[in-house]
Amino acid sequence: MLNVVDDTVNPVEPFLRSDRMPHIWCPGCGIGTTVNSFARALIDSKIDLESLALVSGIGCTGRVAGYVKLDSFHTTHGRAIPFATGLKLANPKLNVVVYSGDGDLSAIGGNHLIHAARRNIDLKVICVNNLIYAMTGGQTAPTTPGHAITSTNPYGTFEPAFNLPHLVEAAGAVYVARWTTFHVRQLARSISEAFQKKGFSFIEVISPCPTLYQRRNKMGDGLDTMKYYKEKSKVKNGAPTSEVGLTLNGEIAVGKFVDRDRPDYQSMMRAQYVESLGDRYIEEPEMECVCG
Amino acid sequence: MKADPNGVLTGTHFLDGDHACCEGALAAGARFAAGYPITPSTEIVERFAARVPTVGGSFIQMEDELAASIALQGGVWGGAKAFTVTSGPGFSLMMEHIGYAAMTETPCVFVDVQRGGPSTGLPTLPAQADMMQARWGSHGDYEIIALCPNSPQECFDLTIKAFNLSEEFRVPVMFMMDEVVGHMTEKVVIPPADQIEVVPRKHTRKSVEDYLPYGTNGDMVPEIAHAGEGYKFHVTGLTHDERGYPNMTPQTQDKLVKRLQNKIRSAADRICMFEEDRLENADVVVVSYGITSRVAQRAIDLAYERGLKVGKLRLITAWPFPDKKIVELAAHVKAFVVPELNLGQMVREVERAAAGKAKTYPVPHAGGGVHNPEEILNVIAEASRC
Repeated sequence: MLNVVDDTVNPVEPFLRSDRMPHIWCPGCGIGTTVNSFARALIDSKIDLESLALVSGIGCTGRVAGYVKLDSFHTTHGRAIPFATGLKLANPKLNVVVYSGDGDLSAIGGNHLIHAARRNIDLKVICVNNLIYAMTGGQTAPTTPGHAITSTNPYGTFEPAFNLPHLVEAAGAVYVARWTTFHVRQLARSISEAFQKKGFSFIEVISPCPTLYQRRNKMGDGLDTMKYYKEKSKVKNGAPTSEVGLTLNGEIAVGKFVDRDRPDYQSMMRAQYVESLGDRYIEEPEMECVCG
Repeated sequence: MKADPNGVLTGTHFLDGDHACCEGALAAGARFAAGYPITPSTEIVERFAARVPTVGGSFIQMEDELAASIALQGGVWGGAKAFTVTSGPGFSLMMEHIGYAAMTETPCVFVDVQRGGPSTGLPTLPAQADMMQARWGSHGDYEIIALCPNSPQECFDLTIKAFNLSEEFRVPVMFMMDEVVGHMTEKVVIPPADQIEVVPRKHTRKSVEDYLPYGTNGDMVPEIAHAGEGYKFHVTGLTHDERGYPNMTPQTQDKLVKRLQNKIRSAADRICMFEEDRLENADVVVVSYGITSRVAQRAIDLAYERGLKVGKLRLITAWPFPDKKIVELAAHVKAFVVPELNLGQMVREVERAAAGKAKTYPVPHAGGGVHNPEEILNVIAEASRC
């Protein structure tokens, strides 16, 4: 195990691929902050790192997979969840984390998001929501609040935005929380809690993109955004998710909104096979037979 | 290594091509499939869904073909041999993930039971019009392998071969069936497991410290590790170096993409399979594949009865294309006749490889049925007079 007592080493460093630093994220970007909380959650939950795989899609947050010292998969745009689904089914012993952005998970990957929640596949999804497409230059996302200026809505957005906690709760997630990058300890705690859950867990992290979102909307820099998050966030544990939608300058409801139990996909699958096939059912073996 | 007897339904069966393909996959060691229903391929995964819980594995019906074609790759990196099955419209949706499999060198099999297109086309009727899509459908430069069975027995035998090739070369293999081969029922002999050769995954034996995920030792095919084994490797569809790290320079691109291409091209002679008959004294060679090869056989027999010097070259491997064989033949035959259930796809390859040394006669068919042997016979006769 890791020696995290040595205070000459940043405690999260062992979780990172130091040989890949510096990372590509902009000054003031919140994604690195979320990775810090994620690493702290790994320390706190004492999870076996060898059993942990991280899957990302495409975009700024999609790059997380490249920086963590884990089995990591940088997949195609929107498809982190179905890739993770296959990974988990083939090797049920793995703890599988999906770490991606709002555009990747809720636009191009939106169908997979709701179906994974419906199936209650045992995945931990961390969705860094910067409210736009950042990697491609600040275009409107399904999460962009009304009236925000983006590169593809230069006069302000007018489409209604997704309320992601509400969406995934309705689809069946067993654990739903939201924090901002100001709430680093709360975020780490939520990630640790999600590791204790069996089933589809979803943690949304509201995160600044000073380069493209805050700048265009005259919301200041990274520090100004931290102040905004601090002032406007309101902890509302257990709040009805229908009431936690985001607006351009309004309150940000944060907290743990959903924590419930229902059987996960693989438990239901095994139960069904046992009921129907009895002794003829053979559980997935360790997948060693394919190697010579 | 030999097949796992658990998955092998040894015996003599009366099966259609779809079901035989499923049994081939199980015999090859496939223990995970992700699919989305589409005619005329669905029977393959329906059978797999019924069989796999009794041999140790799982099937999941995903929400679309994009999901199915990437879930199967998650399954591979989790340690399973995995595949998906589809037909034209679904195959179109899977193209991005065929590119991902090529780029990340994920061994896996895509079965396409071809139907008439474009678009929704003819859901229940045959075509062979996805042959170029199988080769070129995803963006960028890459190589794949494609096999074309012409009977339920070959659907069994060649599905095993498809998995074996995918493992040997760490490449996605396209299994190009057609609606008739998928739905025709014939005798299928499944041998005992100890007579079925299965290529194991090219898994690394290196220590965690020494393992280089995309390093090669001369043979161009890197060794693989699975998630959960402690290697803490990175896989990306971005251009990557030997560590698997993104490295977007022209130099890294050149090295990687050329290796992806050369690992198949340099082994083309070994990969290419074909069936030949009466080629020695032939004036005209009929080049065909899949269901069309069986119609062509009738035309060849009729032409032979008429005293025409006609030979047969049946492509079992469509990709890589057997250039060498066509070049050899072009030196001494007058013409190639190429019937196929499309308006001219593989015929372009024949023409390219023949390079003007022999004439090329397409026998196109827009799909929805098979050729009448007379149509092919007439073109053989015309080609014989050239």
